[in-house]
Amino acid sequence: MPTENEVIVRVGGAAGEGGASTGESIAKLFSRHGLHTITYTSYQSAIRGGHNWIQIRGSPEKVYSQGDGLDLLLVLSSETADIHYSKISPGGVILYNNEKIKNGENLVRQDVKQLGIPATEMGRKYGNLPIQNTILVGALTHLLGMKLDTLVSVIETIFGKKKSDIFKFNVEAAQEGYNYSQQNFQPLGKRMNYTFTPKLLMTGNNALALGAVTAGCKFYSAYPMTPASTILHWMAAHSTKYSVLVKQGEDELAVVNMAIGAAHAGARAMCATSGGGFALMSEAIGQAGMTETPVVIVESQRSGPATGLPTKTEQGDLLQMLGAGQSDYPKIILAPRTVEECFYTANEAFNLADKYQCPVIIASDLYLSEHFETVDSLNLDSVPIDRGLLFDGNGDGRDYKRYQFTESGISPRAIPGQPDHMFVAPTDEHDENGVSISDVLCGIPKYVEIRARMMEKRMKKMEIAMQDMKAPSLEGAKDAELTLVGWGSTQGPIKDAVLALEQEGILVNSAQFKYLWPFPAEKCEQVLSQCKKLLLVEGNYSGQFGLLLAALTGIRIKEKLLKYDGEPIYPSEIVTKVKQVIGHI
Amino acid sequence: MATSEIATYESETKPDWCPGCGDFGVLAGLKRAAGILDIDPKDILVVSGIGCSSNLPGFFNSYGFHGLHGRAIPVASGAKLANSDLNVVVTGGDGDGYGIGLGHFIHVMRRNLDITYIVMDNGVYGLTTGQVAPTAEKGFKTKSSPEGVIEMPINPIALALVSGATFVSRAFSGDPIHMADVIASAIKHPGFSLVDVFSPCVTYNKINTYEFYRPRISKLDQTGHDTHSMEAAIKRSYEWGQKIPIGIFYQTERPTYEAEDAVLKNGPLIKQKPVARDPEILLREFM
Repeated sequence: MPTENEVIVRVGGAAGEGGASTGESIAKLFSRHGLHTITYTSYQSAIRGGHNWIQIRGSPEKVYSQGDGLDLLLVLSSETADIHYSKISPGGVILYNNEKIKNGENLVRQDVKQLGIPATEMGRKYGNLPIQNTILVGALTHLLGMKLDTLVSVIETIFGKKKSDIFKFNVEAAQEGYNYSQQNFQPLGKRMNYTFTPKLLMTGNNALALGAVTAGCKFYSAYPMTPASTILHWMAAHSTKYSVLVKQGEDELAVVNMAIGAAHAGARAMCATSGGGFALMSEAIGQAGMTETPVVIVESQRSGPATGLPTKTEQGDLLQMLGAGQSDYPKIILAPRTVEECFYTANEAFNLADKYQCPVIIASDLYLSEHFETVDSLNLDSVPIDRGLLFDGNGDGRDYKRYQFTESGISPRAIPGQPDHMFVAPTDEHDENGVSISDVLCGIPKYVEIRARMMEKRMKKMEIAMQDMKAPSLEGAKDAELTLVGWGSTQGPIKDAVLALEQEGILVNSAQFKYLWPFPAEKCEQVLSQCKKLLLVEGNYSGQFGLLLAALTGIRIKEKLLKYDGEPIYPSEIVTKVKQVIGHI
Repeated sequence: MATSEIATYESETKPDWCPGCGDFGVLAGLKRAAGILDIDPKDILVVSGIGCSSNLPGFFNSYGFHGLHGRAIPVASGAKLANSDLNVVVTGGDGDGYGIGLGHFIHVMRRNLDITYIVMDNGVYGLTTGQVAPTAEKGFKTKSSPEGVIEMPINPIALALVSGATFVSRAFSGDPIHMADVIASAIKHPGFSLVDVFSPCVTYNKINTYEFYRPRISKLDQTGHDTHSMEAAIKRSYEWGQKIPIGIFYQTERPTYEAEDAVLKNGPLIKQKPVARDPEILLREFM
């Protein structure tokens, strides 16, 4: 149930009824009132029809997840009431168009206020414009004690130019909805303190794309695949503004190989996909490892296997990412934990890719990629661009060896076009000069040794990279009865659960992992060995992170909360599980 | 042409192809073509996939990328888009380009990237010791088709013509001088150029040998062929049997992908500066 200083709104409707954009305008309304805001959108793989809903949570206090409970259900289509009516918290309201739910029939709960508005009638004068949503949002603005002016600013952002009719009509409709509500309804009476200091509102994919651009990404390739597609859309829309060449490839094989080609030629390059596309990319990711080409690959996981649930979330691809491509080769896997961290992780990923001349995988998921979250501020300068060890171009190049054996395993990289440092980057095993040894040299003792040394050279980079891989610190009470262990996007729900439990006097803390490969086993062991009891929280069936942890540290977590129904983890689910594990229920 | 010029492109690594392999002729032809055009090796990137012929970048003195089976075209595309100043040449076999990599082949042609693609076409998989390839003639017997191939062969020339390639040609390993001229024209051509080369596999294809091609090949430029006519090109692309045409089938001008991409109007990507880290610009849309 929502607390007094937060508000949770849910908007439901059929696909094509504008539910998502209505939800986004409410989120913007919240963030411009200075509220910490988080959304979660549940949608289906359909362009029209079906049922989609979006939840928007706002609070003057920092919130970390979509939250539990429901204060206000905004109904865009009749089935919305059927699906969500029972979820409204006692004392909450249902706000609807009278025409969609005739006279509020079947709305029988005594603990929920039924607020009907003749929105169709009110919107008739605007002709065919789908304006009922704006009327309802106008009413919502009043119910939450928010400012109509701020809503007008949101409408301006969405509909653009002030002079346009569509802007004007929407402003009028918002005003009418607001007035109707003022005349007929009581505000919700939430104790909200609006600062009107706008916060940045973005999705994880927005933050990743922005981070990539800030890092100097010049080449972005992709094949459309939910939930990575919004990176493609953002990049394409900003391509000329930020000088990023965006290429939609014919398939993910083309996409990743294009990115590798661009990176080989010296551009910072990134591509993104979901699990299915990532499976196609696997061989080429190994290619980047073998040729020591820096490239960034985003894997935004969705429910699998196979086509699975394309619009639903999961953390089920960790083992796939760890095992991508045949044999052993250097790669780095980072799992950003918040929208804000997506920005910094993108910057960091490009630097790590250049530093270790290897592929870097950013493990996101639908939940992190697509939900909107307010970010207090972004320090654009916090991660300076570091292109790593590039050959300076001095000398006649006669002694240049692209794959020179060095102490760190990192060899200076020349870029095609640089005079006198020609080399071939081979996917075949090769010697220091890049000469392939697979055809007529392997098996000969000298080259048996070179093969082994070349493997060691490449993998040596991972030993060095271990220094950059951090273990999470324990968040929360030091003397906690139990520690929640998670990775990536589950940080928000876990944090909210820790806070909720604290309210009840139950002390738990959490360790949320971001650096997944090379896995900093020793550092992690040190952190987790301080803990009394561990509970693994993951969005997959088999507890994939738990398997990694057990394999590399020997720490086997017996208690698990594993979710694989496609929905994000809610704080209340963690709270219930914790109580069960520590015997409070 | 002076031999010193050819030596410019001589690699320290000697080819390990079977003696008599058609790919020697292609390597010689490429060196000669680069010499004709007088391109500095540092400005050439040769990209290949996997197969006997895909080993070529290692035997040619320039920058190179010896990628995965079937994926040379997208690597080359990415490199060309990143640095449009580079002369990007893709070399490979028919299995690599017309088999496992066929999808990329078609798409790169409709994109018209300024890349030259030299396919050493021998109708057989050599490196994997002789299995059927996409250009093998119907009935061709191999380890994987002991009763003879059932499928029709790919017609790479016709396929290139209908896929939007702006330069479509064929050469023969047994005539490296003619081939060098064709390759030089292909590299010079602004846009995607295909050079399909009959490059006999002396070990695994005993049908399509030098002796098979020599009496059959006829040069298109000696038969009054109009290289600007798509209709004539299509017609000639289906000629097979006693007379098999080589040379330039078709050439036309269409703006390259690089010329039409808005971002590349400001020069090669690798010379473009990272975006200024100005919050006013970067963060405004999220307020």
